[in-house]
Amino acid sequence: MAFLTDRKRAIGLGSGRSGTHHHWKMMITSAALVVLVPLFVFTFGAGMGGTHEEVLAYFSRPFPAIITALTAAVAILHFKAETEEAIVDYVHGVTGKLLIVAVTAFSYVLIAAALFALVKMAL
Amino acid sequence: MADVNRGNRPLSPFMIGQYYRPQMTSISSIMVRITGIASLGTAFLLVWWLLAAASSPSYFAVIDGILRSFIGDIILLLSTWAIWYHMLGRLRHVIWDLGYCVEVEISEKMGLGMFVGATVLTLFTALVV
Repeated sequence: MAFLTDRKRAIGLGSGRSGTHHHWKMMITSAALVVLVPLFVFTFGAGMGGTHEEVLAYFSRPFPAIITALTAAVAILHFKAETEEAIVDYVHGVTGKLLIVAVTAFSYVLIAAALFALVKMAL
Repeated sequence: MADVNRGNRPLSPFMIGQYYRPQMTSISSIMVRITGIASLGTAFLLVWWLLAAASSPSYFAVIDGILRSFIGDIILLLSTWAIWYHMLGRLRHVIWDLGYCVEVEISEKMGLGMFVGATVLTLFTALVV
């Protein structure tokens, strides 16, 4: 401890240089949610509750498909950032890093699966 | 700074628990995070349902049956509340970030508005959908 310089002790404890970017991304996706969530809840809700043929026909139409695709991408990225923020706050070390990797992989797989399902239903 | 004591300093108390009583500001903020993480789970359920619809009629019948069962209905109702609440909570963050309504009394009113608003919107959704 006695041989540590002030500089050495300070290195790594400063700004991560990505905090403002994260904050800005959260603000943008939050504003997007205010538009997308009402559109999505009522559009997607209207699509549920039918027979398989009705569901296929409904999600083949442009409006429900585009709203669902947009929400799948924007909202899942927002929830991914939200979850990562909680992990950074409460889980540290290797476990924390692995959890962030897991959440990232999970989120992108979800987005890809949603887009694939929509494309397959539309074709 | 060179000889700063790193070990024996008092720690700030955790936000909830025995040190602070629950307040509208803290609880409404914590709920934004909880509903955000829960909504990632909702996304999983809905994408599963979409994927099932795209796969085959028999697989769709299984997943659709689960989501439309009594328990599925309750889960979807709570999920709807969570996503409405999260949207309102994030709207509050955008309002704050633009520099408005940062006073404690207004923030508390907005917090109450988020709980009431999410509940009203969920009931409206349940009636319409």
